[in-house]
Amino acid sequence: MSVPGAWYLTLAALLFTIGAVGLLVRRNVLVMFMCVELMLNAVNLTFVTYARMLNDIGGQAVVFFTLVVAAAEVVVGLGIIVSIYRRRPGATADDITLLKG
Amino acid sequence: MDWAVFVVAGIATLVGALGVVTCRNPVHSALMLVMTLFGIAVLFVEQDAHFLAAVQVIVYAGAVVVLFLFVIMLLGVETNEDLHKDPLRGQRPAAIALGLLMLLEVLLLVRSNWVTGAPSTAGAARSADQTNVEVLSRSLFTRYLLPFEATSVLLLIAVVGAVVLARRPTRAELADINEDDPDLVTAE
Repeated sequence: MSVPGAWYLTLAALLFTIGAVGLLVRRNVLVMFMCVELMLNAVNLTFVTYARMLNDIGGQAVVFFTLVVAAAEVVVGLGIIVSIYRRRPGATADDITLLKG
Repeated sequence: MDWAVFVVAGIATLVGALGVVTCRNPVHSALMLVMTLFGIAVLFVEQDAHFLAAVQVIVYAGAVVVLFLFVIMLLGVETNEDLHKDPLRGQRPAAIALGLLMLLEVLLLVRSNWVTGAPSTAGAARSADQTNVEVLSRSLFTRYLLPFEATSVLLLIAVVGAVVLARRPTRAELADINEDDPDLVTAE
């Protein structure tokens, strides 16, 4: 355990912030989705770091489940995006205003 | 040596993440995402999570990013987005300010962090005579058996959902939608 866990946590915090800012800044739905993946990965890194710091396998088991849920989320999310683009080619997040009152 | 690996993988991760956010072309963003995911996988190996590192490369870099690229090329949205235009005025500075605020908050938490939880409540992660795969699988198939079975149902639901979403509506359904709201299917 040579690199202290705090460094990994700092890296994960930076990664999470980049993902969050990207989600707010970008307009392309696909890139926004990739930013969500960045945030998920940052949290995974945090879990693995804590698993090492506490010498607990539970953290790694949670990351395993997060990976499964992320895969399912990507499949359904991309399905939704495909059906949106089929209706309106070239749509950005600003154009999807069907629910706007 | 550990520090060198950490610094190189960390820089690759951060550069990739910045690339995802700043690249104008979605294909480049997806490729930058691969770089980030590989960096994270290296950091997993560095922390003795060997199985998760392999899964990270196979599932994320192998399946998820390929799915992203498929969708990008299928839809033909690899047009460049104009990052200089700000459709919602003042949103971008506000987003960056909020992001910095959140970063500051999390870093303060990291700085003041003392890990206080009881160690090894779900079993020890490091073992003298077992590899990481053995330890993790033993945990998954005993303590976390019910959640593990639940994920199979979740994957089934995701598959069914994707098929339903990707299916073209039949003629009868289209007529139905047309009656409800003609605006919905203008581009069909």
